[in-house]
Amino acid sequence: MIELQEIEKVYQSKHQKVVGVDNVSLNVNKGEVYGIVGYSGAGKSTLLRCMNILERPTSGAVLVGGVNLLTLPPKALRTARQSIGMIFQGFYLVASKTVFENVAFALKAAGIDKASRKNRVVELLELVGLSDKINHYPAQLSGGQKQRVSIARALANNPKVLLCDEATSSLDPSTTKSILALLKKINKELGITIVVITHEMEVVKEICQRCAVMQDGRIIEEGPVYDIFSDPKEELTKNFIETVLQFSLPEKLLESCKGTLVKLQFRGKLAEEAIVSDMMQGFQVSGNILHGKVEYIQDAPLGIFIMELNGSKEEVEKAIAYLEDRVKQVEVIQDGI
Amino acid sequence: MEFSRLIEILPELNTAFFQTLYMVGVALLVAIVIGLPLGIILYVTDKGFFLENKLVKSVAGVITNLVRSIPFIILLVFLLPLTDTMLGTTIGPTAAAVPLSVAAIPFFARIVESAAREIDKGVIEAAISVGASPWMIIKDIILPEIKPGIISGLTITTISLIGFSAMAGTIGGGGIGDLAIRYGYYRYDDLVMYTTVIVLIVLVQVIQYTGDFIAKSVNKR
Repeated sequence: MIELQEIEKVYQSKHQKVVGVDNVSLNVNKGEVYGIVGYSGAGKSTLLRCMNILERPTSGAVLVGGVNLLTLPPKALRTARQSIGMIFQGFYLVASKTVFENVAFALKAAGIDKASRKNRVVELLELVGLSDKINHYPAQLSGGQKQRVSIARALANNPKVLLCDEATSSLDPSTTKSILALLKKINKELGITIVVITHEMEVVKEICQRCAVMQDGRIIEEGPVYDIFSDPKEELTKNFIETVLQFSLPEKLLESCKGTLVKLQFRGKLAEEAIVSDMMQGFQVSGNILHGKVEYIQDAPLGIFIMELNGSKEEVEKAIAYLEDRVKQVEVIQDGI
Repeated sequence: MEFSRLIEILPELNTAFFQTLYMVGVALLVAIVIGLPLGIILYVTDKGFFLENKLVKSVAGVITNLVRSIPFIILLVFLLPLTDTMLGTTIGPTAAAVPLSVAAIPFFARIVESAAREIDKGVIEAAISVGASPWMIIKDIILPEIKPGIISGLTITTISLIGFSAMAGTIGGGGIGDLAIRYGYYRYDDLVMYTTVIVLIVLVQVIQYTGDFIAKSVNKR
């Protein structure tokens, strides 16, 4: 649906040149929710803004639905933008317009006549759950409600793509959840392809199928969200993952631990198997779970446990070898004394 | 005695008052018709905006600054030939309205420009991202958003113009300033001068109050 080819964005000032996006190519499939994560300044926002030419790349090609937006004359580009919705962290509603007028503006921009506009706005506000606020002004709405209005505005002209620029970053956790649920619904029911920019891994975990990690204008890691979570390769990715799957044991506990500490990660089906009890029955070790969690990423379970294994050195080693064989992802955190 | 003097000059005061209103009104109208679009042009052609145009921006900017940098009393004299060619006279409130208008245009344009700068750039980008044309963005986003700013700007412009109109009065433009100069300055007639001062104070207060009230009632923030 969206294809970025060798996108480069260079900011040229008198004395220096700053590379915002450095030769990025990526593909977003039709109907998927794609996440781009990175710290601020990584270039993710610039990259997103290249997808509807709010920012014109210095070089490269931006194909949305097979059309290279960079070659379009202004009028055709405006028409193309009507099929690419966008929402922002700051909502950016027009303060002097009511909710109705804000949404209707997008339709007016597309040349829809007044009578049809009215019906469509009512329909859109119903979709985002704000029918009762139709005549309110933005100043009278909460952050979550404002974002709903901006979603309605972005969806007004039945876009194929929705770009979300840190759409939940200024919202509280429970409002974030409800907005994410709405985005999920839009993706499922309307089949709209969604690209999400965020620095919150929680958002990626919640709604994305695939994601990319950006650093210094480049994509350093990309793949299905589940793989990224269960097997991150880059240091930065690991840092991001840790914000969601956090495992820190209290100092005191680590000190008093006599046995070998191992971290086990169970992916998918494995999480449902009785590997730990099999191990304890097969070897002369006793185990003690210190920490454990099963995260559901897009309904697929990812289990992470930290265990203390006690027993003779030999048996513990055998047990770990057994675990490695079955689980694949075993990490010895601390050797036994 | 004093009171009867007041009654005596009342017709003249009345005429002067309406002359002032007339020339300020004309200048204000011209400011809206020419200054408002000029202010919008200054805003949308700036670097990074959707009608970015270096040439237009610098030409408009230079002309605006040029007129703004001339003190009004000099502008008055400087424009006498222009007024003469336009109207065939340099005397009277209509003639005074010419330099007043010329001064009001850039003054108001800068106010409009700075009001527009208050709009969050993201709001403009959101409009661009729904595929709106530049004209639609100006008409349906920028103008409604700066309405409170425009109204406050008109208030400021009107009050400045009343001040300027007094200067125009000194070279035969008529109005309250003319009255104050003629009676107060040339004839040492304190009564007329105080009266004109009081009239001006009341006028400015009423304009400021009304402007604030309207600006507040159209502000939806």
